[in-house]
Amino acid sequence: MKLPDKRRAIHDAIAEIKDGDTVMIGGFGVPGTPMTLIHALVDHGARNLTLIKNDANEPGMGIDHLLQSGQVARLITTHLGLNCNAIALMNSGKLAVEFNAQGILAERIRAGGAGIGAILSDIGIGTELADGKQVVEMQGKVYVVEPALRADVALIHADRADSFGNLAYVATARNFNPLMATAADCVIAEAERVLPLGQLRADDVHTPGVFVDHLTELGELSKEYAVVRR
Amino acid sequence: MVARAAREIAPGMVVNLGIGLPTKVVNHLPADFPVCLHTENGLTGIGPTLPPEKADRNLIDAGGAYVSTIPGSAFFDSATSFAIVRSGRLDLTMLGAFEVSAAGDLANWRIPGKFSPGVGGGIELAQKARRVVVLTTHTDRAGNAKLKQECSLPLTARACVSRIFTDMAVIDITAVGFVLVEIAEGVSAADVVAATDAPLVVPDMPLPTF
Repeated sequence: MKLPDKRRAIHDAIAEIKDGDTVMIGGFGVPGTPMTLIHALVDHGARNLTLIKNDANEPGMGIDHLLQSGQVARLITTHLGLNCNAIALMNSGKLAVEFNAQGILAERIRAGGAGIGAILSDIGIGTELADGKQVVEMQGKVYVVEPALRADVALIHADRADSFGNLAYVATARNFNPLMATAADCVIAEAERVLPLGQLRADDVHTPGVFVDHLTELGELSKEYAVVRR
Repeated sequence: MVARAAREIAPGMVVNLGIGLPTKVVNHLPADFPVCLHTENGLTGIGPTLPPEKADRNLIDAGGAYVSTIPGSAFFDSATSFAIVRSGRLDLTMLGAFEVSAAGDLANWRIPGKFSPGVGGGIELAQKARRVVVLTTHTDRAGNAKLKQECSLPLTARACVSRIFTDMAVIDITAVGFVLVEIAEGVSAADVVAATDAPLVVPDMPLPTF
């Protein structure tokens, strides 16, 4: 037996994204943000998207390109503090923003990827962050219901992959990537290196290839992946 | 004040230093001090901050600073990172503040109409760390008190703050409200009382200075 080869031309993979889709995008700041897939989505032009991403990167970087091209109607996120463009779009009403507590966003995605409908959490109770949320009592404690999150498509950045789509991440570029890779109907991964089968040790796989639909190998990295000099 | 706050960290603790002033606390710890620093984006065992020419493009802290690892560091995903926070594995967090109430309510994430960048990991840190201390200037840039009877801004978490380090004083939050614990050199207890917009208990004894 031999495991299937998931490698695909980047624009063919991105062509699966449709107007109105919900798209999860990995990354926390630059590390783990799939810059090349994001540019391909800008080229593709799908509109009225809902993005789920920890942060909005910085002006001129990452998902800022999708915000500036007007392709995003709604952003589910935790923090926009490093992107004044995103804050301006939000304040002008052109971008709907839903803020989540960071670990709750992670758990909602994890639940979505695990086939669980919602999680119960006491985070935010007693503050406006719990306003309007369904409340339940369980084992004598009060919790808010946080619905699971899934997406039509997830865009993932990995350090190494094999041709089946087994993925490994490095350093703080892991962040939301392994969670999002479980929680979308179509998972597209970019990897800095795609190794022949067997070259990525089974023990070193962070995301099993069964979660990955399409894989593309990055050539020379663009400067957007580089250290940011502020 | 930052040096004084660093003495709050006991050997063996797991600690998260919030963005801003708290991040500077690490500069006041001895190099061989036994402590495990955690950052929300998936690292325990934070090493020194690095200049751009020495930085690893994949290794930042939650504030975006380029950091390094030390022997024993670990990387993990965002769900695991907040499992550490919410399950009570975090002994101490040091956070910034817009306002702190006499009951220990913290407001540090949103100023309606002016500043709403999102809450990030702040709620979970404030609500779930075993001990929450605040590092802040005693007043804002306009001279308004940040320590108040009640917060007027949207809360990050209720009744979470134990101690406040400011440029003027160290103040504990107790069942009777704010209690003065230490004062900065050259500052009088009357100065601190005047800069605090709530009753401040001043013990009838000489207070340590820092």
